[in-house]
Amino acid sequence: MSIEVKNIVKSFNSFKALDDVSLKVDTGELIALLGPSGSGKTTLLRIIAGLETANSGEILFHGKDARDKKTKDRQVGFVFQHYALFRHMTVFDNIAFGLRVQPAGIRPAEDKIKAKVKHLLELVQLDWVGDRYPSQLSGGQRQRIALARALAIEPKVLLLDEPFGSLDAQVRKELRQWLRRFHDDLHITSLFVTHDQEEALEVADRVVVMNKGTIEQIGTPQDVYHKPASVFVLNFLGNVNLFHGRVIDGKMYLGEAPVDGRGDLSATSIKSANLYIRPHQFDISRESQGDNAIGAVIKYINLAGSSVKFDLIADSGNSLQVEITQGEYSRLQLIKGEHVFVCPKDITFCEYEI
Amino acid sequence: MSLARTESPIVRRSLIGIALVYLGVFIFIPLFIVFSTALQKGIVIYLNSLKDSDTIAAIQLTLLTALIAVPLNLVFGVAASWAIAKFDFHGKNFLLTLIDVPLSVSPVISGLIFVLLFGLQGVFGPWLRDHGWKIIFAPTAIILATIFVTFPMVARELIPVMKAQGNDEEEAAITLGASGWKTFWYITLPNIKWGLLYGVILCNARAMGEFGAVSVVSGHIRGLTNTLPLQIEILYNEYNFTAAFAAASLLAFLALITLLIKSLVEYRFRSELKAVRKQGAH
Repeated sequence: MSIEVKNIVKSFNSFKALDDVSLKVDTGELIALLGPSGSGKTTLLRIIAGLETANSGEILFHGKDARDKKTKDRQVGFVFQHYALFRHMTVFDNIAFGLRVQPAGIRPAEDKIKAKVKHLLELVQLDWVGDRYPSQLSGGQRQRIALARALAIEPKVLLLDEPFGSLDAQVRKELRQWLRRFHDDLHITSLFVTHDQEEALEVADRVVVMNKGTIEQIGTPQDVYHKPASVFVLNFLGNVNLFHGRVIDGKMYLGEAPVDGRGDLSATSIKSANLYIRPHQFDISRESQGDNAIGAVIKYINLAGSSVKFDLIADSGNSLQVEITQGEYSRLQLIKGEHVFVCPKDITFCEYEI
Repeated sequence: MSLARTESPIVRRSLIGIALVYLGVFIFIPLFIVFSTALQKGIVIYLNSLKDSDTIAAIQLTLLTALIAVPLNLVFGVAASWAIAKFDFHGKNFLLTLIDVPLSVSPVISGLIFVLLFGLQGVFGPWLRDHGWKIIFAPTAIILATIFVTFPMVARELIPVMKAQGNDEEEAAITLGASGWKTFWYITLPNIKWGLLYGVILCNARAMGEFGAVSVVSGHIRGLTNTLPLQIEILYNEYNFTAAFAAASLLAFLALITLLIKSLVEYRFRSELKAVRKQGAH
């Protein structure tokens, strides 16, 4: 089922949680709502579920107005950040709950419910915990049970509010890959809220970046990372270096020679501009190469991880962050304190006053 | 718990000792004296003094009062704490303050309020007299005063429990298709049942033991408007110590029974209780 929200506005007293938000989610998509806390992402999710009511705006489920539908009739599966498992019920009863509260006419027979719960427990790979209480499970297990419980009613939409937010890093990584595979198998329209950009970029088909109650950008992980629509998106999705350069005749200049990159370059006159460059968009060498090379001293080298991260102080006094591959690093054999030249390859974002 | 274990044995033992001495002086010794004085002249006299028709009437009135006041305040307490803990509305703090009124004013004043409202000189007095209704100096006033005095008991116990549990589980139930009533019955109620049990026990204890408010509105008509505590006072003032303490022992016995029921219920649901408390500790 597709979901569409149009011009949603929601205020809590004087605080505007959502300000004219519109979004369309296609059937079978896995969408991440990404943003810092207070950006309105959870509020948007709760409005879609019917747990909050918008002050104005439309919600369409499969093209039909859903505003008057109560939460219990919306057929949405909701997974809460803190699991919200029923603590006084066993895992089995938790999952069976959604089936058992159905009206007498529709409710499946108890043996059907049993078979279904068993199937769901197998689906989340926890078929041995049915008799336990939620308090006897680990965080990751609880979240999978919460997911199984939400799936029991065969929802048309799955909404997950910071599903991995309270788990430790290791479990978190495992679960998000698992969620991705899971979604690929079931193809249920899903939205999940997260403040972790890595999580959003890794799992989602499309990422919705939110800030202060508005949507900054909607796009594929690739797009939002490489073609950010705003400085906010740029900063939120990873480290970035800021340079003061110029735009002349549709070309960006850091030093004497133009540098490739994205940005609105229609300015006809000379403009001073803020140029943003991601740490991996640099070459490092011992000799100055080209007119844009920036002299800098290596202050710190971080070897942990798939790439090597450098903290440098440029000759101008600005600090710089540069990332190169492990292979490149072993070829160059750079050491701390050494004076090197860094050369930008590509500019991620350009901003100037028109 | 682990913190206490790091204390030296001396500190630990003296803390336990202080607690035991305190309990002994203020609970066990008085309780022992009540029962021993009651049984001083033998079991026969003890039983006979309980068979006194005025005492039996007092017992009946006390039980009737509790039987009406407790269920009413149970319903009120659940409704009020549900509203206060789960919803935001104007006047919420005012409602909270109102609930505390019976706890903060002297019971005598609570009783007096009813005299001023329903007494012959009171606001509704003439109207009630014209319609042939008698509230003050009748069992009705005793029940009303008891309801008034005990109405914070359940709500006070439930509000912190409900607030601590938040709305998450209810919201989960609703997204799973449960109606409001089913959510309340299957999710909210099981989660608050321990708080509810304590609230009901406190409410019941106060309803059966209330003296001040009831004393003002009762009129002390023997065999008609005396509850057990009032009857005890009358017997005591008449130097009828055995009978007074026999009645007192009965009141204490009723309290012990309530505690026993509570313990039995807890024992019956011990595994579930453990699971709930463990998760609550997060």
